[in-house]
Amino acid sequence: MATQQQGEIKYLTPIAVDTKRKKYCRFKKSGIKYIDYKDADFLLKFVNEQGKLLPRRITGTSTKYQRKVAQAVKRARHIALLPYVGDLLK
Amino acid sequence: MVKQYETVFIMTPVLSDEQMKETVEKYQKFLVSKGAEIVHEEHWGLRKLAYPIQKKATGFYHLIEFKADPSLIREWEVTFKRDERILRFLTVVFDKHMLAYSEKKRAKSKAAKEVTES
Repeated sequence: MATQQQGEIKYLTPIAVDTKRKKYCRFKKSGIKYIDYKDADFLLKFVNEQGKLLPRRITGTSTKYQRKVAQAVKRARHIALLPYVGDLLK
Repeated sequence: MVKQYETVFIMTPVLSDEQMKETVEKYQKFLVSKGAEIVHEEHWGLRKLAYPIQKKATGFYHLIEFKADPSLIREWEVTFKRDERILRFLTVVFDKHMLAYSEKKRAKSKAAKEVTES
C-alpha cells in the first residue's frame, strides 16, 4: 500500500510483458505443400468471423502459401463449404 | 496428354436416393464412355450448404477423381451446366503437390478402414 501511495507500483516478480514472439509460416514449418479446399475446418483458421481472409501480418503465412490459402478459401466458397459473407463464424 | 482432375458437384436435395444414385452413375458412365479413367470417388452425402443455392439449404456432395484428356473437360462441364439436378460443380486440375496429398490421404483412409475391419 505504501508503495502505491508513492505513485509507483512495485512487483515482486516482473510482470509478463508480452514479449514479441516471432511469427512463422505454419506451412513452411510443418512442410505442408498443398492446402485442401475441401477441409473447411482447417481453412476457418485463415478467415475472420465474417468469413473474410485474414492478412498475412496476422497469420504469419509466407507470401507463397498465402496465395494458396486464398485460392483454397475461394474454392471452398464456391462449393458452399465456406460462406462468402458470414456472421459469427467462430 | 492425360491429366488428372477432380470434380466436386452438389446435387439438389429434392432427389430421392435412387435418383441421386442414377445421377452419379450418369456421370461415371460419361467418363468411362469417353475413355477417361476414374481414379477415386467419394460420396459425402447430404450436407448443409454454407449459403443457400437456388433456395436450397442442403445438397448431396459427390467427388470424382479421374484421369482424362484436357479436351474432354469442356464437354464435361457443359453437361453439368445443362443438368438441372446439379446445383454447383467445381473441377480442379491436379498438380504434383495435390497429387501427393490425395494419395497420402487415400492411403491413410484405407489403413484406417483396415484397422476397423480387423
